Parts: sequence; C-alpha cells; structure tokens
Amino acid sequence: MVEVRRSTIIDAPIEAVWAILRDFNGHESWHPAVATSAIDGGEPSDVIGAVRRFRLADGSELREQLLSLSDRDRSFSYCILEAPLPLMGYVATVTLKPVTDGNRTFWEWRSTFHPPGHRRAELTALVSDGIYEAGFEAIRALVARRRRGVDAPERPRSPDRARPVPAPPGGAERVETARATAIVVDRYGGPEVLVPREVEVATPRRGEIRVRHGAIGVNFIDIYCRTGYFDLLTLPGVPGMEAAGVIDAVGEGVSGLSVGDRVAYACPPVGAYCALRTMSPELVVRLPPDIPEDIAAASLLKGVSASFLLHDVHRVAAGSTVLIHAAAGGIGQLLVQWARHLGATVIATVSNERKAEIARRLGADHVILYSREDFVDGVMRFTEGRGVDVVYDAVGRDTIEGSIRALTTPGHLVSFGQASGPIGAHDIGGLSSKSVTLSRPNYGHYTDTAEKLGRHVERFFEAVRRGFVTVTPPTVYPLAEAAAAHRALESRESSGALVLRPD
Amino acid sequence: MTKIFVSSVISAPAAEVWAVVRDFNALPAWTPFVAESRIEQHMRADQIGCIRNFVLRDGGRVRERLLALSDYDLSCTYSILDSPMGVENYIAKLALTPITDGNRTFASWEAEFDCPLDREAQLVGDIGNGVFQAAFDALKRRFAR
Repeated sequence: MVEVRRSTIIDAPIEAVWAILRDFNGHESWHPAVATSAIDGGEPSDVIGAVRRFRLADGSELREQLLSLSDRDRSFSYCILEAPLPLMGYVATVTLKPVTDGNRTFWEWRSTFHPPGHRRAELTALVSDGIYEAGFEAIRALVARRRRGVDAPERPRSPDRARPVPAPPGGAERVETARATAIVVDRYGGPEVLVPREVEVATPRRGEIRVRHGAIGVNFIDIYCRTGYFDLLTLPGVPGMEAAGVIDAVGEGVSGLSVGDRVAYACPPVGAYCALRTMSPELVVRLPPDIPEDIAAASLLKGVSASFLLHDVHRVAAGSTVLIHAAAGGIGQLLVQWARHLGATVIATVSNERKAEIARRLGADHVILYSREDFVDGVMRFTEGRGVDVVYDAVGRDTIEGSIRALTTPGHLVSFGQASGPIGAHDIGGLSSKSVTLSRPNYGHYTDTAEKLGRHVERFFEAVRRGFVTVTPPTVYPLAEAAAAHRALESRESSGALVLRPD
Repeated sequence: MTKIFVSSVISAPAAEVWAVVRDFNALPAWTPFVAESRIEQHMRADQIGCIRNFVLRDGGRVRERLLALSDYDLSCTYSILDSPMGVENYIAKLALTPITDGNRTFASWEAEFDCPLDREAQLVGDIGNGVFQAAFDALKRRFAR
C-alpha cells in the first residue's frame, strides 16, 4: 500500500478555502487537471454517496464517490470508482484547519491506494504532484486573484448598503436606519445558509433611494452566488438580483423618482433578498401600473435576457428558423413566444411529454423530445436537411456539439448558459465547415447602463402588455423561506418562476 | 464549556519541533513563562499518567497530568490538577502536523474548561495569547530560518 500525504498553508481565511473545496463538483472550476465535471443524476454535490464524473484535460474519464463530508471538521473523503489508471482501492481525505496566527489555512490532502509494483513510483508522483501539489498551487493562485479583485469582473459596482455591516463610525453625515428582514449568507453552501435576519437598512443618502420590496425574483444565478461559484456575493451578504416594489424614501439629488413610485430592477450588485433596500436609482426602472409586482419580479431578468438575445445578439427575422433548447424552462418559454411573434419558425427541444405540451401551447412549430431522438435528426427532418439559422443554447455541455451540427450555412450559435455543465474547450477551426458565428453573451454587458437596460425593459413590458409574451404567475414563498425556494429550484422539478414575498 | 483553539506555522520539520515539545518536563527549556519544572514521584516524562509540577515566572504553581502522548500523531494531551487560574475540567492538547510544502510544521494547541462566566474572556485571552501563542512565538524564534 502507498500512502501519499501532502499539505500546505493557503494565505486566506479557512471559510474562503472551505467554500471552494467543499463543493465536490467544484474541482472543474479550479483544478488544472480537470476539464469538466458533473454529479451523476444531477444530485447536489454535498449528498453523501454523490458520484462525480469528470474528464481530464487529456480526455480520460474518472468517477469518484463522496464518502464523508463534515462542515464541522472541514473535511471530506472520497474514493475512486472508475479510472483509466490502476489506482486500486484509492481513498483520499481533504482536511482544512485554521491557522489562527495570521488567519490562514492549513490544508492536508492524503490518500492510500494499492498500485501495481512496477508503477508504484510513477503513480505516487502523479497523485502527489499532478493532483495534490497542482491543486494547492491553483487554489493559492485563485485566492490571490480574488484578493486583488481581478477574478471578479462583475463585482458590485457600488457598495450595497442593505448588507448587515455596521455603518462606518464617525461619518460626517448622520445616517438613520430602519430595521427590516433580509436573507443573510454568512458562508457559502447549500440552501441552509439562507438565514433570515433583522438588519439595519440605511436611510438613503445623497443620490440614493430606498425600495420596499413587494416581490423578489429567485433565479439560478442566485444559487451560483450562494454556493460561491460566482464571485458576486461577498460574505456576509444578501443574495438576489431581481425585485419589484415601491420607493419609500429618496435621498437628496435624485431626480425623476419620488416616494410612492413603483419600480423594478434586475441587475447586479446582489442584495435583493430583503424587505427594504437602499440602492442607486440608476439600477431601477419604473414599473408601469399594468404590470404586477409578482410578474415583474418573476420575469424581468429573463425578459431582459430574451430581449437582447432576440434583438441584439442575433436579430431574429421573419421567415428564419430558430432552435430553442430547454423550451419549457424559464427563459425558454419567453424565447419561444417572442421568436414566434417575430415571425420565425420555432423548433423547441424538451426532456419530456409534459414539457412538450408546454412548448406547443406557447406556439412552438415543432417540438423534439431529445430523450427519444437525437435532436439533430429532428431538426434536419423539420427543415428538410437545411438546418436552422440560429440556435439558442443554455444547456451547454450536452448540446453544444449537436447545436453546431443543427445549424445551416452560415449559422449562428448563441451559447448563453451551461445548465448541464461547463462547455469546456472546443476547436474553433471546425466552425469554418459551416461559417458558424459563435456568440457568448454576458448579461452584464447588455445591461450595464441605464440606457441599455431601459431599452430592454421597455421592450419586454411592451411585449407583456400586448400579450405576445405571457408570463405564468410565479409560485410565491415567504421571504423567510428562501431556502425552501432554492431547494425547489435546484430539484429542477419546478417549472415556472419562483418569487419571495416579504411579510 | 469554554474552548480555545490556537494554531501557528513553525519553519522547521515536524520531527525537529516534536523533539523539543515532546518532553513533558521541558517547559522551562522552550516556553518563556515557566521558570522550573519537575515530574512527581520519579515517573518518566513520557509515562502516561505522570504529573508535571512547575512554577511560572510570576510565581504561580501548576500541576498537570499527562493523559496521552503519541509519537505517531505527534500530539500530547494533559489536564490541569492545580493552578492559580481558577479553571475546572481543563483538558488541553498540543499537536503537530507536517506541512510537506516547505517541510514546515502546523502546530495547534486547544483547550476546553469550565470557569465562572465573568472570568471567561479574561481566561481565554490569558491562555490563548499569554500561554499558547506565546509558546508558539518562542518556537518560531527558536526555529527562525
């Protein structure tokens, strides 16, 4: 038996390091040897027994199973189920301990396994250097980048004063506060880290407004913030990027908005999971009287996305053919209706008959159950071998190759999400076979000025008002039960939007 | 039950640090706050159950019993029998772990005990900083590279 033991000191607080390492499926985002990874069956990554299936940069595949995970000891163990190398009986343990002297982290990674005698030295070196030491270096570099802020281009642009941090002492202006309920995340993790708490919300200062939320949107990006996968939420912090409500206080120097105005927003910085929020007026848009708060909070972010995807990223023209994946999903539903309204022929893919019915009801011309047939075959059948002009693909890894094959010449692939897992590295040389245009739009870049955001919001509200886009009323959870809403969203059993409502 | 956890990084291989701290009777040799120490009843310093009887530089006398010692885990666990600190059910563990990166040592020292609530903050500071961290600082100076 071989025992490998490697340890190091990471110059970051243990909470920050544990937030990264705790995610059994997170290694694809930081370990240089791992190209892509997914948990079998779409299970959460912190279920004991979860199996991660991952591919190395050289293309080989491994499966590893989580044997134990402890938030108390900040430790987890796992074993290899399948590997292309004879790492027989491999069991490994990762343990973190705080270094109180300097607020750093001690990290130990050890394992035992039984290699064939003649490959003992080679495999021991591979594990200790290629996996453990390389992992240490990657995390060291990651926390250093985060500390410098270069890994977080979407970091909040203005300080968010709904955060539960005390106001700076001795400030020149006296800031009065109100108390309100907020969901505060103290550490990255599962739904259980979404804890309701009373916080102080500052009275708006010069150039600020305060909004009393009527409804708060729950989006997949909130889960990425909660787990620490996206660097948008700084601890301790309030998640959420979408809400609608009424202005209840206005600071000096704010023009065009006053107390009692209905507003909505869908943008970073995070901080929407609260009853009352002080923020910049540039982030909000006026909510027309005929758009209910629930509908705005449930659909603004998706509606704005659909607007720029169909009008800016690709201009969907009458007579063109569009392929929309996950057509019964939140944004998929909007894309199907809106593309139809623009005069396109819409081909939709869905996973089951129930969702196929939803897509048909929304107006999809053709629906493909990708669980029953290769969607590329379906597309070619419906287009008589021509292919589609544009594919809207937020599924990612599982569909991207097929999406390219389903295009006509020249075709446009709009890749705007990765629900099935990261897309990984692709050879762009092959795109010339169909003169493919590839787009990878980022929400922030299409909404980062009041003017850009306002245009999409106005277009979306107009679409709702005129009825060619209908938004299904959302499922409502009390704000204090945000954790339950996240569980429902993560289970992927929910179809339709979720919103939180403060008491 | 009050708990204290203090840890540090010593720039020397764990075996070298262990050679210094393993001796239950050696506090005067490596900590700044112990003036003299002896093991009671002619027991050996690595005999489980032995009692060290030592005098602090400020004159206080402390008696501690060795509960566990492991050359495998590089750890030492002991309890306080008598001390001027006014703590009860005091058990502490000093442990070393090798840091392979740089061949250094991760040293942790933890304690749990009962005490009157109004003295807790004072004791946590006295023990955490005045004893454990002070001892680690002495080790860091001793092994400074």
